Amino acid sequence: MPNWFIPIAGLCAAMFAASPFLIANADYESTMGLVQKIFYYHLPSAWIFLLSAIVCGIASARFLFRGSPRQDRLAYAAAELTVLFGAIVLVTGPLWARKAWGVWWQWDVRLTSSLMGWMVAWAYLLVRKYGGPGSDKLAAGLALFGMANVPFVYVSVNYWRTIHPATTVVPTLPVDMGMALWFSVACFLLLFVLLLRLRVHLEEQRARLDALYLSLDE
Amino acid sequence: MPFSLRQATEPRRHGVRLVRAIVISVLLLCAPLAAQQPQPQQQDEFVPVSQLPAQDQLPAAPLLVSAYAFVWLALFAYLVSVGRRLSYVQREVTRLESDMKRGTRG
Amino acid sequence: MTFGRTAWLVLRKDLTVEVRSLEIAYTTLFFAISCVLFFAFALVKEGKAPEDGAAGILWIAIAFAGTLALGRTFERERQSETLRALLMAPAARPAIYVGKLLGIIALLSAAELVLVPLVAFLFQAPLLSHPFWLSAVLISGTVGFSAVGTLFSAMLVRARSRDVLLPVLLYPITVPVIIAGVRATAALLEPDVELSLVRFWVALLLALDVVFVTLALWTFEPLMTD
Repeated sequence: MPNWFIPIAGLCAAMFAASPFLIANADYESTMGLVQKIFYYHLPSAWIFLLSAIVCGIASARFLFRGSPRQDRLAYAAAELTVLFGAIVLVTGPLWARKAWGVWWQWDVRLTSSLMGWMVAWAYLLVRKYGGPGSDKLAAGLALFGMANVPFVYVSVNYWRTIHPATTVVPTLPVDMGMALWFSVACFLLLFVLLLRLRVHLEEQRARLDALYLSLDE
Repeated sequence: MPFSLRQATEPRRHGVRLVRAIVISVLLLCAPLAAQQPQPQQQDEFVPVSQLPAQDQLPAAPLLVSAYAFVWLALFAYLVSVGRRLSYVQREVTRLESDMKRGTRG
Repeated sequence: MTFGRTAWLVLRKDLTVEVRSLEIAYTTLFFAISCVLFFAFALVKEGKAPEDGAAGILWIAIAFAGTLALGRTFERERQSETLRALLMAPAARPAIYVGKLLGIIALLSAAELVLVPLVAFLFQAPLLSHPFWLSAVLISGTVGFSAVGTLFSAMLVRARSRDVLLPVLLYPITVPVIIAGVRATAALLEPDVELSLVRFWVALLLALDVVFVTLALWTFEPLMTD
């Protein structure tokens, strides 16, 4: 593991410990009250979910066209993180929606396309696990198509009649809410980088193990 | 391979580049079509209050706490999962490496 | 060998093989019809289908039948190892993809020719009131679905658990195509049709087609190389 890992992990943990104070300090929202505070973890998770899908897609493309095993390891790690952060988004969202919209789920375009993107990430993991030889390339192809979905997820809420808040919410946040949000975004971004590095480390060790098995067979 | 596959496919990459440019143009053209939808009834900004909100049927605190609890649990569970897999792999690596050392020595 | 000629030759080969036995055509068609009947028995109450039922059922039948057809077509290739022979030929790989894609589109279109009147009949849906727009919706939806399906089936030919993995890979990616297709068809079934809405969905379907076909053409080569 690289030198920066432990210090950055410490910083990330401290920031996460501090975040509830900032969140509690932020003003209440007029129509949604206390439950709106889920926003400060829901939105950063959503951004990391989309970012992770993009990282997976780009790494998959580089793996497909250059054959670099490092990119393949990165793509696998990013796909797992897409599933993780997608799960966080898809659980915190409905918990918020139950109070704010009165329903747990709505088949509007933002929710449907996010769910679909999450399933693509799951499919990636299934293919890697059960696809047999050559599954790394299959999964890479899938990840490319999945990445094409990401801009659609982000932009959809601005063009369709939907119950989900638009992307114009973020730039117009008042100062204390904005501070809590951007601090949480920084926390999640650091966490994403740390988890990615950790997961890639696991893949590297697995590759080392495979190489050892192969050399033993000779 | 007797010839370079990359060389054989070079002219086709130009064709694909052209198609890619067309994709982007078509998508840009479709956006105004999509924007002709009637304006959604959704929030454009969060409005803060200076007074507490009115009482609702559904208490917000359990939902808020569950949401944050889930985030922590999910992250923790993931770290545990990665940690377990990593320790398994590292055990196997050290075992195999010591076997190999013993093999070369013996 | 030009791109077009390669694609045409692959298509002709597929159609010739298919026409001789009609095995995939008959089984796919039968499966699609059973699908529709299943939904009819499950959802029709007192002789009336649920709202937008006809549109949804039509597209589900197309998706399921398409998955079956894709699996069977490439299974045939795998059995005779013809796919490997095709890939070893000095022909542009994307042209082979296009040839196979056109074959699948032809197969699915044939199935749709039977499914549309059947669904219209069973669900009393005025599907044939705007034939031009319905064709536009069906063709653009079929192209999108088939583009992704052909790529993934070709990729999966040498994989393990390929029968299970095809739906796992295909359905999440083609969800936008199915949604757009269903919404467009449902809009056409309204008593007073809003053509601007139908045009919007068809535009979205065409954009999806372009994106999917381009991505498939781009990745077919590296995905089929070992």
